[in-house]
Amino acid sequence: MTKGRILASVAAALLIGGGVAAFAIAWRPAIAAIEPPSPQSFDAAMVKRGRDLAAIGNCSTCHTVRGGKDFAGGLPVPTPFGTVFSSNITPDAETGIGRWPESAFRRAMRSGVDRDGEHLYPTFPYDHFTNVSDEDDHALYAYLMTRQPVHAPARANQLAFPLDQRFVVAGWKLLFLRHGAYQPDPTRSAEWNRGAYLVEGLAHCGACHTPRNALGAERASAAFAGGDVDNWTAYAINAQSPAPVPWDADALFAYLRDGWQPDHGVARGPMAEVVANLSQTPDSDIRAIATYMAGVFGAPAPDRKRRGEEVLARIKSPPAPAAQADAAGAAIYAAACATCHETKRRLPYGGVNLALSTAFSSPDPRNAANIVLSGVRPVEGERSPIMPGFAASMNDAQVATLLNYLRSRFSNQPAWSGVDKTVADARRAQTVFLQTSAGPQDAPADASQRDKP
Amino acid sequence: MMTLKVNGRDHQIEAEADTPLLYVLRDNLELNAAKFGCGLGQCGACTVIVDGKAVLSCVTPLLLLEGKQVTTLEGLGSIEAPGPIQRAFMEEQAAQCGYCIAGMMMRAQALLQKNPKPSDDEIRAELEPHLCRCGTHMRILRAVHRAAHLMQTADASTLQRSAQ
Repeated sequence: MTKGRILASVAAALLIGGGVAAFAIAWRPAIAAIEPPSPQSFDAAMVKRGRDLAAIGNCSTCHTVRGGKDFAGGLPVPTPFGTVFSSNITPDAETGIGRWPESAFRRAMRSGVDRDGEHLYPTFPYDHFTNVSDEDDHALYAYLMTRQPVHAPARANQLAFPLDQRFVVAGWKLLFLRHGAYQPDPTRSAEWNRGAYLVEGLAHCGACHTPRNALGAERASAAFAGGDVDNWTAYAINAQSPAPVPWDADALFAYLRDGWQPDHGVARGPMAEVVANLSQTPDSDIRAIATYMAGVFGAPAPDRKRRGEEVLARIKSPPAPAAQADAAGAAIYAAACATCHETKRRLPYGGVNLALSTAFSSPDPRNAANIVLSGVRPVEGERSPIMPGFAASMNDAQVATLLNYLRSRFSNQPAWSGVDKTVADARRAQTVFLQTSAGPQDAPADASQRDKP
Repeated sequence: MMTLKVNGRDHQIEAEADTPLLYVLRDNLELNAAKFGCGLGQCGACTVIVDGKAVLSCVTPLLLLEGKQVTTLEGLGSIEAPGPIQRAFMEEQAAQCGYCIAGMMMRAQALLQKNPKPSDDEIRAELEPHLCRCGTHMRILRAVHRAAHLMQTADASTLQRSAQ
C-alpha cells in the first residue's frame, strides 16, 4: 500500500467513524403518536396548576401572534442567525401537539427534541426548561392538551444553510445544554430555592437578561448582566444594574406583582407581557422570585445606595433650568412629556419622574427610543398604564434631540453616542414588533388599584 | 414668531416654542373642531392630521411643526359642502354628544388616505386610541365604511379638499 492509500483509508475510517458518532449524537427516535386525549381525561386541579405554571413560563407570549389564536404559534422571533417562527402548541392533531404523549412533551422540555425526533432550535429555551420537574411538566401538559385545538401549520423558518439543518442543533446542545433537575441548596431558605427553581427554569429570566455568545448561547460567566430581545435591551439585573435606585426584594415583588413600582416605573415592551402573565401567579411564587433575584442583584455598595437616596431626594425639589444648548429638547419635553411625567400624579396612571427611569441611566438608548416612538399600549378592557407614542409627530432628528436632552438632564451618565441610528433602527424594528406581538392580555393584578383613577 | 401651515394656509403665530398645537389651533386660529379632552394624549379628542398622519395635538409642541402641513376637521369640508368623511358621519348619525367625533373623524380620514378600503378589524385597531363615552361605536364603524365608499365615488372637488 502506498502512503497515499494509507492516508486515504485512515481519512475514510475517520469520516465513517465521525459520521457514525455524529449520527449517534444527533439521532433521536420518534415517539409513537397517540390518539388526541379527550380534555375530560385530565384532572381539573392539574389543569389549573398547569395554567399557573404556563403563565410563569410566559408560554403564550412567544406561541401567540397578534390576531392569532392562543398558543397557535406563528410569531416571528428575530435572532442573529435568522428568523425562527414559534410553533403551534395547541392540541390540534395535525398541526399542534395533539398526538404527543406526555413522554414526548417531557422530552421536548428536557432536551429540545420534538415527537418525530427532530431537534428544536434553542429559541425554545429548553436550556432552562430542562430544570422543570416531572410534576410540573405533567401539569403543563395537562393544561396545553385541554386548550382549544387550532389548525395552524408551522411557518417555515428563515435560516441560512447549514443552520436550516436541524441536526446541527445537536452540536449546539453538546456544547451548551446541561441536563438535569434543579438541585436545591440546603443552606438557603425554601423560598429562595423555590425562586431559584423558577428563575433558572420555567421563568427563563436569563433568556433575555443574560448576554449570549457568538453561537447564541447564554454566557454562564455573565449571568443576568443584560441582554437583548426584539430590539429592546433587557437590563442587567445583577450588581451591574443601571437602575438609578437599587432594587430590593420588596421593590421586585411590587414590580412583578403590579407591573410598576414607584421608584422604578412601569414595565413595558416585552416585560409588559411578562408581568401581565404573572398576574395569574400566586403571591408566594412572586415573592420567591423576588427573594432569589434580590440575592442576584446583591446588597448595593454604600455609594450606590447613597446615589439612589440622592435621586429620591432630588426629585422632590424643583428641577434646574435647562441649559441654552438644550432649548429644543427642553421645549419638546415641556410640551410632550412633562404634562404626565412631572404632575406628581401617582403611578401607574401618572408618568414616572424620569430621574428614576432606568431607560435614561442605561448605557443603551434603545428602550428610551422605543418608548418615545411607540408609547405604552393600554391593556384592552382593563385599567392599565398608558402613554401615547410620538412616532407620528416627531421625526428621527427630533426624537434624538429629545433623548439627548433627557439623558443629560435626568442621568449622571455620559452622553449616549449614535442616538440618531438608534432612533432610525427603533422606528423600523418597533413597527415589526407591534405588528406581530400579541401584547399583554391581562393587566397585572393588584385588585386594590382597580377602582382608583 | 413662526409660520404654521394649517388647512393649506400659512399663519404667523406668536407663541412659545413649547405651546401645544391644540392651544394654537383653538386660541390663536379659532379652529375649534379639535377638542381638549384629557390634555395627556390619552383620549384622542384633540387629533388632527400632520403630513398625512394622525397626531395628538395636545401633546405636540409648536416647534415640531416647522415646515409641516396641519389639517383640521375644518379643512375637510364646510357645512355647505361637507367632505366625504363628514357626510358619512352625518348620514350614519354617528355622533351622540359629539365631543370625541372630530378626533375620530381625523384619524379615520388619515386611515382612509393610506388604506382606501379598510376592514372592520383595521378600523377598530386604528381607532382604538379614541375614547367615546356615549357608545356610538357601531355607527362610527359604519360611518367609516360609508366614507370609504363615498371617497371612491365622490366628485373631484370633494376629493381634492379631503386630500389636503
